Amino acid sequence: MRFKHLTLVLAAAGLFSTGAHAQTEIQWWHSMTGALGDKLNELATGFNNSQKDYKVVPVYKGTYPESLTGAIAAFRAGNAPHILQVFEVGTATMMAAKGAIVPVAKVMNDAGEPFEPKSYLPSVAGYYTNTKGEMLSYPFNSSTVLFYVNKDMFKKAGLDPNKAPKTWKEVVAAADKLKASGQACVYTTGWPSWMHIENFSAWHNVPIGTRENGMAGLDTVYTINTPLHVKHISMLGEMAKKGTFTYAGRTNQAEAKFYSGECAMMSSSSGAQANIRRNAKFEWSVNFIPYHDDVKGAPQNSIIGGASLWVMGGKKPAEYKGVAKFFAYLSKPAVQMDWHTATGYVPITMQAYEVTRASGFYDKNPGADMAVKQLTNKAPTANSKGLRFGNFVQGREVIEEEMEAVFAGKKDAKTALDDANRRGNDILRKFEAANK
Amino acid sequence: MEKRVVFRSAWLPYALVAPQIVITVLFFFWPAVQAIWYSFQVQDAFGLKTEFVGLRNFSELFHDSHYLDSFRITAFFSSIVAAAGIAISLLLATFADRVVRGALAYKTLLIWPYAVAPAIAGALWAFLFAPSVGILSYFLRKTGYHWDWVLNGDQAMFLVIVAAVWKQISYNFLFFLAGLQSIPKSLIEAAAIDGAGPARRFWTIVFPLLSPTTFFLLVVNIVYAFFDTFGVIDSITQGGPAGATQILVYKVYYDGVKAADLGGSSAQSVVLMAIVIALTVVQFRFVERKVNY
Repeated sequence: MRFKHLTLVLAAAGLFSTGAHAQTEIQWWHSMTGALGDKLNELATGFNNSQKDYKVVPVYKGTYPESLTGAIAAFRAGNAPHILQVFEVGTATMMAAKGAIVPVAKVMNDAGEPFEPKSYLPSVAGYYTNTKGEMLSYPFNSSTVLFYVNKDMFKKAGLDPNKAPKTWKEVVAAADKLKASGQACVYTTGWPSWMHIENFSAWHNVPIGTRENGMAGLDTVYTINTPLHVKHISMLGEMAKKGTFTYAGRTNQAEAKFYSGECAMMSSSSGAQANIRRNAKFEWSVNFIPYHDDVKGAPQNSIIGGASLWVMGGKKPAEYKGVAKFFAYLSKPAVQMDWHTATGYVPITMQAYEVTRASGFYDKNPGADMAVKQLTNKAPTANSKGLRFGNFVQGREVIEEEMEAVFAGKKDAKTALDDANRRGNDILRKFEAANK
Repeated sequence: MEKRVVFRSAWLPYALVAPQIVITVLFFFWPAVQAIWYSFQVQDAFGLKTEFVGLRNFSELFHDSHYLDSFRITAFFSSIVAAAGIAISLLLATFADRVVRGALAYKTLLIWPYAVAPAIAGALWAFLFAPSVGILSYFLRKTGYHWDWVLNGDQAMFLVIVAAVWKQISYNFLFFLAGLQSIPKSLIEAAAIDGAGPARRFWTIVFPLLSPTTFFLLVVNIVYAFFDTFGVIDSITQGGPAGATQILVYKVYYDGVKAADLGGSSAQSVVLMAIVIALTVVQFRFVERKVNY
């Protein structure tokens, strides 16, 4: 009985929705939950109310890897969504899938929508642009890593709470003092590979891999076992041994350790600020990530993480027109500012950043502009505009496994990074073979 | 005088087994054949380009030292989970069988965990032992023990074993209890009158008579440890740290679903299939001979 009732209701709903409007529907698969998901739905509603011809339908499809896998399966079965949100490490996979995707630049140009790639933040757009300068996906939610300090604990340890460590040397010195003051968890980090290999390399203007970090071709190899990388990872290993570095896990587990007041210093996503602001019962500051001051040219600029929107292939021209209109809507400074201030993700155009600054938001929320400042610290170089490695989901996992081996004291940094480099290259060769 | 019912219809028996055959073909044989087919190919994630590579996926697998490690880890994990699961539940069943007061309550409570989904069981244990917020970690820290399975592979292994065993005890318990109850009381009483103590009665009468149950559970538990523990591992360690809890089935999932490497993942599932077939054959050929029905 109940089932019958349900099917009737569904059938009625179906009739109603197809009969009411001759709107073109645009499916948007995403991975945003909680407050972020609500905000994303707001964006779609905002667009839907702004015009009558198109209707963007956001659908939550699980975590980033889950929705990517789901979209791949849907594509194989011939019913992929129009827009798919893909995390940054999936970029190479999407890019290599030539027939499966349509470059955003082409979608915008075909639809005659205003589109100026130069108006986007270079370190954001660069990540999703090919070497010919064509923007392939639409940067949607971008963040970077920042360095957080618990000021109360600094005070307790006799350190100047208003002077956050700028270099790794200063971090180590502060860490020793914090430890001596009885601090159990001194420094922790979220996203170990993103922070300590990927951003570390960009910040010191050294390559992560050959061929412009893989952006110029599939025949790239990793270069993460240089003396500088070894020095840095072995420093972290030493800190772990001394008890001044507490490893928390591969994603954002560190953030809870920081805002609960357990750890005194943390490097993690700029997106952590929202939770820290809500939960922390202490004074804190957000700063640039530290660098090694004996490296020439450091600090350079950091690179982004997060996700971008890919347009899938095989759809009708009218639908692409709707997608283009939607992206144009998302790029509006007011919409960008709303998204940026509500979520903590960086604004993707310079104009949106200026508008936000003019609104006084950064004066009221000190540190909220830190991510943009760090991303634009210098004009990005070939080493710092981003990275594009095939099967980087696996590649990152390999790097993190090897880093964990160092932190657990099972391997020395040199061996671990040599192994990570070698195993990572095996993955790259496999990807190259599957996508040549 | 034996009374037999004979169906003379030519098609009825086939019609009766047909649903089972259809399900087996659809959900077991067809995917298995597909896995074998994919294991000889290299394919990009979206299936746009496919290349037949023969046995290359397999040769790459066996040159990957982490894949070989995964074998060792799986062997260790599976044997401990199966052995501990069977031993503990046998002990509990023997006790529960002797309880006089409140037997029903004990039995119900012991069967309970079976109703918990593996992922939920995993989440429960992960929370209890979470390095920074877990209540049990808190007490461990109080004792001065350095508990950090996020980094320590042995501790992570211990944790997933505990969760996996806990999850399976109820199932084993149920079978052992039924097995114990089907042992004629007169045998045990006779032995008791002859002066055999509880331990001797157990080892010379109960244990041999339970052997069909034990054998059945051995097969089921090994299959459980190989495949069904996926949920527990995925919700606690995701195969980490540094691959310390990455059993074969988890690696199949990881490479195929998360890393979109269909060929490599299929090759692994073919290897896994071969292992389980071989194990089951060995069990039936050699272990079963020692079983008294």
